Amino acid sequence: MARMKFLCDAERCIECNACVTACKNENEVPWGVNRRRVVTINDGKPGERTISVACMHCSDAPCKAVCPVDCFYQTEQGVVLHNKDLCIGCGYCFYACPFGAPQYPQAGNFGTRGKMDKCTFCSGGPEEDMSDAEFRKYGRNRLAEGKLPLCAEMCSTKALLAGDADKVSDIYRERVVARGFGSGAWGWGTAYQTKNGQERDQLRERKQGQ
Amino acid sequence: MLVKKRSTAAGGRHLSRSLSAAVGSVTGATVDRRAFLRTSGLAAGGAALAATMPFGMVKKADAASAAPAAAGAPVKQVKTICTHCSVGCTVVAEVQNGVWIGQEPGFDSPINLGAHCAKGASVREHAHGERRLRYPMKMVNGTWTRITWDQAIQEVGDKLLEIRQKSGPDAVFWLGSAKHSNEQAYLFRKFAAFWGTNNVDHQARICHSTTVAGVANVWGYGAMTNSYNDIQKSKAMFFIGSNAAEAHPVSMLHILKAKEQNNAPLIVADPRFTRTAAKADEYIRFRPGTDVGLIWGILWHILENGWEDKDYIAKRVYGFDDIRAEVAKWTPAEVERVTGVPGSQLRRVARTLASNRPGTLVWCMGGTQHHIGNNNTRAYCVLQLALGNVGVTGGGTNIFRGHDNVQGATDFGVTSDSLPGYYGLAEGAWKHWARVWGVSYDSLLARFTSKELMERTGIPVSRWYDGVLEAKENLDQPESLKAMVFWGHAPNSQVRLPEMKKAMEKLELLVVVDPYPTMTAVLSDRKDNFYLLPAATQFETYGSRTASNRSVQWGEKVVEPLFEAKTDHEIMHRFAKKFGFDQDLFKAIKVNGNEPLVEDITREWNRGMWSVGYTGQSPERMRLHMEHQATFDKTTLRAVGGPCDGEFFGMPWPCWGTPEMKHPGTANLYDTSLPVAEGGGAFRARFGVERNGVTLLAEGSYPEGSPIKDGYPEVTMAMLQKLGFDKELTAEELAVIQKIGGEKIGAVSWTTDLSGGIQRVAVKNGLNPPGNAKARCVAWNFPDPVPIHREPLYTPRRDLVASYPTYKDTKSWRLPTLYKSIQDRDVSKDYPIILTSGRLVEYEGGGDETRSNPWLAELQQDMFVELNPFDANNAGIKDGQMVWVEGAEKGRVKVKAMVTERVGRGVAFMPFHFGGWYQGQDLRGKYPKGADPIVLGEAANTATTYGYDSVTQMQETKTTLCRVTAAV
Repeated sequence: MARMKFLCDAERCIECNACVTACKNENEVPWGVNRRRVVTINDGKPGERTISVACMHCSDAPCKAVCPVDCFYQTEQGVVLHNKDLCIGCGYCFYACPFGAPQYPQAGNFGTRGKMDKCTFCSGGPEEDMSDAEFRKYGRNRLAEGKLPLCAEMCSTKALLAGDADKVSDIYRERVVARGFGSGAWGWGTAYQTKNGQERDQLRERKQGQ
Repeated sequence: MLVKKRSTAAGGRHLSRSLSAAVGSVTGATVDRRAFLRTSGLAAGGAALAATMPFGMVKKADAASAAPAAAGAPVKQVKTICTHCSVGCTVVAEVQNGVWIGQEPGFDSPINLGAHCAKGASVREHAHGERRLRYPMKMVNGTWTRITWDQAIQEVGDKLLEIRQKSGPDAVFWLGSAKHSNEQAYLFRKFAAFWGTNNVDHQARICHSTTVAGVANVWGYGAMTNSYNDIQKSKAMFFIGSNAAEAHPVSMLHILKAKEQNNAPLIVADPRFTRTAAKADEYIRFRPGTDVGLIWGILWHILENGWEDKDYIAKRVYGFDDIRAEVAKWTPAEVERVTGVPGSQLRRVARTLASNRPGTLVWCMGGTQHHIGNNNTRAYCVLQLALGNVGVTGGGTNIFRGHDNVQGATDFGVTSDSLPGYYGLAEGAWKHWARVWGVSYDSLLARFTSKELMERTGIPVSRWYDGVLEAKENLDQPESLKAMVFWGHAPNSQVRLPEMKKAMEKLELLVVVDPYPTMTAVLSDRKDNFYLLPAATQFETYGSRTASNRSVQWGEKVVEPLFEAKTDHEIMHRFAKKFGFDQDLFKAIKVNGNEPLVEDITREWNRGMWSVGYTGQSPERMRLHMEHQATFDKTTLRAVGGPCDGEFFGMPWPCWGTPEMKHPGTANLYDTSLPVAEGGGAFRARFGVERNGVTLLAEGSYPEGSPIKDGYPEVTMAMLQKLGFDKELTAEELAVIQKIGGEKIGAVSWTTDLSGGIQRVAVKNGLNPPGNAKARCVAWNFPDPVPIHREPLYTPRRDLVASYPTYKDTKSWRLPTLYKSIQDRDVSKDYPIILTSGRLVEYEGGGDETRSNPWLAELQQDMFVELNPFDANNAGIKDGQMVWVEGAEKGRVKVKAMVTERVGRGVAFMPFHFGGWYQGQDLRGKYPKGADPIVLGEAANTATTYGYDSVTQMQETKTTLCRVTAAV
């Protein structure tokens, strides 16, 4: 079974925002809600780098851990999805998320901010695959159509990669070898493994204890 | 299987179902797609509205009421080309029931491999088109009023004919567009010819005219020599005045590949530390407007160390000694004094370029938009010649053009100085096209006021407002301009907007033909004789467009024109009918109803564009290439197997001979390593065979398989006769040649032979139709034969004016043109900061289309000026604060300050895509209702100033002076 991951290659990302508009286009995301964003560091200075950020679909997803109504679930492919019918818009996931992924359609606290919305890895939600209800709440289900997230598929420089982690790693590894250096697969340490094995074990124990 | 795969139709159906449902729920009745789109416009998604929308409303309506018929309708994939920049990305549209419901990556395209930038990834917004100009509109006492197409054609046509009667055909300016397809561009130029004027032009004048003229005058053709893909083979990449990461983002796919795989150093020279510079190995910050000094500074080190390619220069370059003499003056100390770049850095750059060959050189509007733009472009070429980098794969001058079809529109002569195919305006050119059009030369002559005006270069678009405002006795035409037709052009892309506003108000008639109202609709305070006609976009029609690399790609129609929009060729037909020349204009072109058949237009230009090699790309061949994109190699662009085996993608011109000859196109210009029949070539013999006793022809260099192992002039019938090749002409070909040549059959050349026989026989025998010459470093027909530095008209460096003065005031292109009298006025005390401009990735051109697209508009909501912290602090300006930027000619814009080190000290930068504000005033209320772009802002060009290239009248947008003060 494939494990789906995102990888943004900071050596290639040019901050063109194709991923952002592709996401808006594919999922008809309204103004003010940004499932994906491009973040720039050292703007306008030597060392300027940009990274495209959305929900990274973490292995041990903190959003899932903190959600008081347990609306998150992880698919067999590792995609972190949520159920908008259960979501109460409390915003805890936003505080927990290391990537700032959760979005809310309205301003305000505790429930008044509306149902949380975030990147679904273009794979919908709990409703029937490719149903109208699914599209209305979560956008297109490209995985069900046999396609990958459009943000990565349309990336201008193929900086943003999405898909089976093995394949993503292969592509990235090839680039690192060609370059002779790696600038780091940004966010991978946070999203897909904890800092060291011990920490992971502790986490697991904590969870089991609950 | 990695993912679940379903056999059902693509998921896009959801959207269309919901779209049709929206109509039902809003109107309570069945409504067709067109009606839906009209309805949806009522709920246009502006910022305030959309932000409060509950998130469940990601689509237009409740799916529960979806029409069952729509659900099962098949989804069709349509392939077309992105309508933004010149990279030429394939767009794959999913269409159901005539509605554009989804967009998929075009992975098969060898040019973009599925990639898009923000603009390309959002072109489906078209399906909504909520901010489009919907109907023909007429200004009645200051109010936009809807009229019918018939009324529009009738009224505008009558007024134009009245002006023609009263003031002559030259009183009307036909401003065409780089957004037209090749067919429309060609037809537009032909239309202007039948109207009887050379006052016809388009955006190329203000983006790359100095490239076209400059480069063509070095080695023959003024276009990108290689391709985006070919950069993958480069060993070094030198970018000057090009911010590819924002202006041509998908090109970076190829550039970063070269950087990664060849370890090719990327050098970026730019006054701004751009996003392209952020990816560079070496960044050179230099003072705007000192390109020549910078290039000569690099070349100084190359020559000093003997790193130039002496063998190449001896065989393929003319006049290099004159360059040596000029470059000798540019010692490291002098270069640093003028450009601000330390000599040690340029020595390192020179060594990098010399030790990593072949290298490519890329420039864009940072190099072209100067009053010495033609000097800049020629200096770049000379640097590449010195390194022996031209005519080789991985090398070349890869000039990235700006619009999706600006290369095509230039080639098809939507310019005031030439007929299609760079034939010029001389009698021979008119006779050539008269033959192609099947009309008599005399009938064309009769359309003009005089033979003199028929052959005189018209007013360039950069100066049209001077053509209105200038007293008529100062003009080289009988009357000043009285009517202006903006046919796909944003006014805010031009300098001196306050002057333009005055001119717009003085005109007797102002007409806009465009999918959007553009800033023209709101800039002036006209009250009448002002029309807006809705044009269809390229997604609403079909035809060919030429990417920057000269590949000609065929795009299919995605959807029918929205609202009451009509295709440009249909509008041309309607006007031609009104003017009474439709029969002649469409002599060989079938017209269905009011719409001319696109393929027939292609076939007509195929029969006339010999000089550029636009003759082999038939509609059938272009469609075959688009269908079999996957068979083309992603680096070489050459098809491997399949029905296009051996051909280059899009048959980049020159594609010699007739379509039947099946020339593969030319991926890299002037490449002698290939036979001409397989895409090889040589520098064009365009400037004669010798000058002052020195040969201009190549010496010992020739395309592979050439029968002449040396240089030779352009191929003519006489030359074929001399070589004995004329016997290979068929009887039919010979008959055509005899008919054209009459008594002087030997004079019929590769450019005038309508049979294609001369090209066929030449290419078959290994000859390059345009000859085999040297590139020339000295353009003796230009004001500065050897490119030299001249200080900008508005310079902060008064100390350099004496050493590097501008030109004397002169008269050119029918107009007085000022240089010295502008430069003599020292304003540097009051306006101490250099003002320059450029692009943002989210927007394009004047920005009307992209600022109307919510997915893009959300990303850039404020017009801004970039200021260095040093200058901001000195002026007491904080980041994010509103400021006034006042140009040296007193045009003022109120914008947000962005304090950043991206610009150096003493330099301010503004993007040029914004419009809809004027000198602090928001003009939103002046747009036709519902057609105002989502984002409005001050147009940078309200603050820009006078200055025009000495050869092409390119506007100076990149170097002027301003002052920035806090707005209270």
